[in-house]
Amino acid sequence: MSKGDKEPMFSAKNLKLLSGPLSLNNPVIVQILGICSSLAVTAKLKPAFVMAISVTVVTAFSNLVMSLLRKGIPNRIRIIVQLVVIAALVILVDQVLKAYVYDVSKQLSVFVGLIITNCIIMGRVEAFALGNKPWPSFLDGIGNGLGYGMMLIIIAFVRELLGSGTLWGYRIIPESAYACGYMNNSLMLLPPMALIIVGVIIWIHRSKNRDLIEK
Amino acid sequence: METQLRKIVDKIKPTFSKGGRLGFLHSTFDAFETFLFVPNTVTKRGSHIRDANDLKRTMIIVIIALLPALLFGMYNVGYQHFAAVADPASQAMWFKCWWYGFVRMLPMILVSYVVGLGIEFAVAQHKGEEVNEGFLVSGLLIPMIMPIDVPLWILALATAFAVVFGKEVFGGTGMNVFNPALLARAFVFFAYTPKISGEHVWIRGFEKGGAYADGFSGATPLGYINDSVAAGAQTLDFGGTTPCDWFWGFIPGSIGEVSTFCILIGAVILIYTGVASWRTMLSVFAGGLIMGWIFNLVGGNAYMEMPAYYHLLLGGFAFGAVFMATDPVTSSQTNAGKIITGLIIGMLAVLIRVVNPGYPEGMMLAILFVNALAPLVDYCVVQVNVRNRKKRLKTAK
Repeated sequence: MSKGDKEPMFSAKNLKLLSGPLSLNNPVIVQILGICSSLAVTAKLKPAFVMAISVTVVTAFSNLVMSLLRKGIPNRIRIIVQLVVIAALVILVDQVLKAYVYDVSKQLSVFVGLIITNCIIMGRVEAFALGNKPWPSFLDGIGNGLGYGMMLIIIAFVRELLGSGTLWGYRIIPESAYACGYMNNSLMLLPPMALIIVGVIIWIHRSKNRDLIEK
Repeated sequence: METQLRKIVDKIKPTFSKGGRLGFLHSTFDAFETFLFVPNTVTKRGSHIRDANDLKRTMIIVIIALLPALLFGMYNVGYQHFAAVADPASQAMWFKCWWYGFVRMLPMILVSYVVGLGIEFAVAQHKGEEVNEGFLVSGLLIPMIMPIDVPLWILALATAFAVVFGKEVFGGTGMNVFNPALLARAFVFFAYTPKISGEHVWIRGFEKGGAYADGFSGATPLGYINDSVAAGAQTLDFGGTTPCDWFWGFIPGSIGEVSTFCILIGAVILIYTGVASWRTMLSVFAGGLIMGWIFNLVGGNAYMEMPAYYHLLLGGFAFGAVFMATDPVTSSQTNAGKIITGLIIGMLAVLIRVVNPGYPEGMMLAILFVNALAPLVDYCVVQVNVRNRKKRLKTAK
């Protein structure tokens, strides 16, 4: 690309970086990354939502920073540099959560700190940010964060509705249903059921996008 | 009668064949036809030794073997209920007791079959395959391992879960890793715990209250034992029941599991017809005994010092050993593997009972765990055999 013809900021190619991870290249249900945290924090909708935003912020900014640094880092020590950047961002997010949404931060407990180990972040930095310009890298980070967050929210929606009968803490299933013999499904609150829900989402997704089915 | 039926089937057959008016229902039609008559398809190439006994006939033998335990279970539902309401006059009338249990049990069996077969037929129809007959047995096993008071919608949900996630996702009958009936029970156990554990679910109508005899708790003998261990008692409390009651089955519990005697009748039928493996059954019982003796040697509390054979009579041990562990799909395929997995099941079940106060009964979890282990055991058995044969070959040379 010569100096003169600059790509528009939201060209079709860049928009694809945002929309791809939402479905066809979703980190959770297609690349099967970040499964651990999507089982751990999705028992309730609120923590899942906060987690989704936190991961999006960390992925976007770690991609941006690493893309800016990509030409200055010797290849041999790139992993440790990535870890420093990601860890710094996670600590920032952790402090912000503690300051403004303390109760959710307590519910998420170690899982905020464990964002560092989320494969999606490291994966995007390695696979995308180190070889692309800052702006597309930033968009790619946001797209992947949102793709992950979307799955988190879908799983948490099902689990909180069926497991606790509430959404965002508000009662959805009326008391009269319980009086008639309805019961909350406590299996929904256990991580194995979250994995089964992920499986069902993959099942539906693949049956809509048949070219993703492995031979 | 039989030829009449054959004529009717032949007459309506073209309607359901390919190109017929109701051709899209041919899976469903095939299922019923082969259910009524042994299929007349023959192998075309090569020679095969064939038995007149196919999968559907095998399943029916298991159903017959289940009948004694089922019929006694129905009787016991009424017997326990009338004991709870202190009505010895009704309790003495065996038919009244049986009818009471039958009326309650029938909807459970119907719900289980309608939901399970509904899903099986729908899947077969969708894929255009033959309907799998595996659910014939699972559909009867599921209500038999539930407490009598389990709500029907929970039963339906558990059946659907077991058939879809236990069977269909793996590829249907013959492909499942876990026993579908036990999966249904595990689903209820983890999802709707209050409906399948504790003291109030084993006797019909106990939860709704009513005029019940004083001091009647409704707990199973295992529940009593668990409570007395938790209280640190020196002698175990069996809730006034004796090992004799456990053997004949006059105790509260899941419908099919109570009578060890009726289960043994089923075991004789299964072994005589060669449908289930005597190796598995024997080694499960042996495993339970061995673990019981180990606890006797170790000692510690009253439960550990309990005679080892008590374990075989209590709870779902016998039912699990005879009808669940022997499932030809989920158990080991090799003879040595059957003995190894059987021993593990028996030992684990007793271990869970005695050591983990959270689970008074360990049979379900032990069998499900060993189901996952079975392919590994088979692999090891085959590899050991391969190695031994190689060694023999070397020494022969």
